[in-house]
Amino acid sequence: MRTTTMDPALDLHRLQFAFTATFHYLFPQLTMGLALLVFAMKTMALRTGQARWNESARFWIRIFGVNFAFGVATGIPLEFQFATNWARFTEGAGAVVGHTLGMEGMYAFFLESSFLALLVWGERRLSPRAHWGAALALFVGTWLSGWFIVATNAFMQHPVGHVVLPDGSVVLESFGAFLTNPWAFVQYTHTMVGSLVTASFVVAAVGAWWALRREHEAVARTNLAVGTSFGLASAILVAFPTGDWQGKLVAEHQPAALAAMEGRFESGSHAELVLIGQPDIRTETIDNPIVVPGMLSFIAYGSFSKDVKGLADFPPAERPDQIELLYYAFHIMVGLGTLFIALMLVANLWRWRGKLHGSRPLLWALLLAAPFPYIANTAGWMTTELGRQPWAVHGILRTADASSEQVHGGSTMFTLLGFMGLYLVLGILFLFLVGREIAHGPRPAVGAAH
Amino acid sequence: MEMIWFGIVSVMAALWVVLDGFDMGAGALHLVVAREERERRSVLAAIGPFWDGNEVWLLALGGALFLAFPAVLATSFAGLYMAVFLITWCLVLRGISLEVRSHVAGREWRAFFDVLFSLSSALLPILFGAALGNVLRGFPIDSSGQFSLGLFGDFDPRSASGVLDWYTVLVAAMALVALAHHGALWLAHKAAEPVRSRAARLAGPAWIGTASLWLACGFATQHLRPDLMSAAWSRPLPLALGIVAMASFGASFALARRGRAGLAFLASAGFLVALLAATAAAAWPTMLHSTLSTRWSLTALNSATPAEGLATGLVWWSLAFPIALTWLFLLLRLHRGTIQPAADGEGY
Repeated sequence: MRTTTMDPALDLHRLQFAFTATFHYLFPQLTMGLALLVFAMKTMALRTGQARWNESARFWIRIFGVNFAFGVATGIPLEFQFATNWARFTEGAGAVVGHTLGMEGMYAFFLESSFLALLVWGERRLSPRAHWGAALALFVGTWLSGWFIVATNAFMQHPVGHVVLPDGSVVLESFGAFLTNPWAFVQYTHTMVGSLVTASFVVAAVGAWWALRREHEAVARTNLAVGTSFGLASAILVAFPTGDWQGKLVAEHQPAALAAMEGRFESGSHAELVLIGQPDIRTETIDNPIVVPGMLSFIAYGSFSKDVKGLADFPPAERPDQIELLYYAFHIMVGLGTLFIALMLVANLWRWRGKLHGSRPLLWALLLAAPFPYIANTAGWMTTELGRQPWAVHGILRTADASSEQVHGGSTMFTLLGFMGLYLVLGILFLFLVGREIAHGPRPAVGAAH
Repeated sequence: MEMIWFGIVSVMAALWVVLDGFDMGAGALHLVVAREERERRSVLAAIGPFWDGNEVWLLALGGALFLAFPAVLATSFAGLYMAVFLITWCLVLRGISLEVRSHVAGREWRAFFDVLFSLSSALLPILFGAALGNVLRGFPIDSSGQFSLGLFGDFDPRSASGVLDWYTVLVAAMALVALAHHGALWLAHKAAEPVRSRAARLAGPAWIGTASLWLACGFATQHLRPDLMSAAWSRPLPLALGIVAMASFGASFALARRGRAGLAFLASAGFLVALLAATAAAAWPTMLHSTLSTRWSLTALNSATPAEGLATGLVWWSLAFPIALTWLFLLLRLHRGTIQPAADGEGY
């Protein structure tokens, strides 16, 4: 293992990666879920022959296209930053994570870019079945892409299938073990279902918007049906079992992260779950807490009396360094996830009784709920990534030893500010474009303007 | 195994230049060959279905370097920090302006995105060309295996010291003009009239520009890196590839003059592939040449990851490569012949 040297630019490297990755993930979290929903719509169109399914799909393919373009544009800086800002990570772990990053390009990106082009430009040139096939290929491509990225991250969270060389770098020992990392499986299901939550809520919100404005009735109903049914299923699945699995893995392999997520400073049995409260790092207490006794022991280890370690049990060099942020991110994710289930239960109940389309308060709630899955997904990734600290590759390479030594803080400050300015403009542009599409509404079938 | 991955990286780099090169070249000529709305749409329609997949070759190339030669990737990108971010921002702006353009209705907005798209499309070959120039000339890599270069040199022809100096700017100019030539031939083959004829008329002057810059780059490289040039002349592979490059380059001129734009484009692709492959074959096994001492150069032999991992990578890469080519072939087949400009609202 290398010695830790404190690089003054380290926080800037971290902030730049966190900022650009967070902004980037606003786009793929919609497209991954949406790819499944578009495929479902195209399938219904093929089976029922009803125009509303194709009209819905056509509208969402356009939204998909805009999101995909922004996702590609903001994804490139992330791949580049591994080498520019995290040179020692690239050198030290490239022999392992280079496989998944390389496979993502070769297997997933080519599939996605080619079939998105067919899906967007090909409705007039392809048969309905071939167009459906393009939707299927796009779905497979986006979900493959998710797998390769999550498998890369899973190696950083819980390295398997590797050996550490004397110089501290890791090389591949078992490709099979690396690709079937149990952490990757759990994190993948949790991430993809989380992405489906975002897509379902956005589809439902657009349906609600049109219903509130009494526009495009057939397509609005279709969107509400698709959004709320997939929304309920995914909101439940993201908590049980996938979120539960994820929590148990963290408890087993990253106990210090679990302690920080829960703001647990002291160790002991019958650990309580903190529902609300503010961690105070100086006094090592939770202010104004509301707790459920024994619940944390049960969630982490399946028994109300089990010991759960507190942060005091870990030497400072083994603790995550952003305890407050980690605590809030985790609680925001869990809190929002609970509200998502409640909202979708009510929405589906009303839909089954045939009253959703006319219930304005509920339509408003669905419309205004749209931004929150983005917040929950972002908070979830913050929990994962802050919980991994102080490691870049857990237990092997410290974040402080992963950055580029030859890049000075001033350069990173410059590029970070550049990204902030650029992404502010891109964000405004994106909202304008999507707003314009929603205002325009679904487009008629193949013809003059399709 | 190192040699195989050196070959894979070189092939992917060449494929990326040929494919993304035509859309960057066409983009650089966008404002020249297209003036009215319908004409501009012809240009965008001719590259719209392809550009994203073409750019994936760059990412896939990065992935191959990441797994096979991570030290090369890390040393060059971190050492050229500012230049890499300029490239990154150009890639972001180019992708966004291309996709957003037809989504906005106002004439002024479209003009704005046209200029942004064309400028970033022209800047990218310049920056990538300068990067290639840096790789050819070498970096001040020291015993730590690292270097750090400022963005500008002093442009004094007796020394060559910055990311952008007289030599790298010369290579950048050749990259821009050669890709403009390449892009002009693509448009002359795929785009609707009148863009097609305008592009065809530009191909001739662009060819002459490429030829003279190629000659100048050859002499300059001889001056700075005599070792590289003598390797090119004395090894059979780079020599053969160099001859192929010259023959294809000549053929692209002759074919373009006879109005066979499609074949001329293929010849131009052959020229770019052969020239890059010849350069790689002459440089083997050096990947990042150290100007301080060749002991510190990063080569395919001293910076490759262990052979077992490379063998595993070769298995999945060999499976993926034909699949990726199949998707490309499907896309080209679906859009064979002239691509008419899209109706308003088509595409995304």
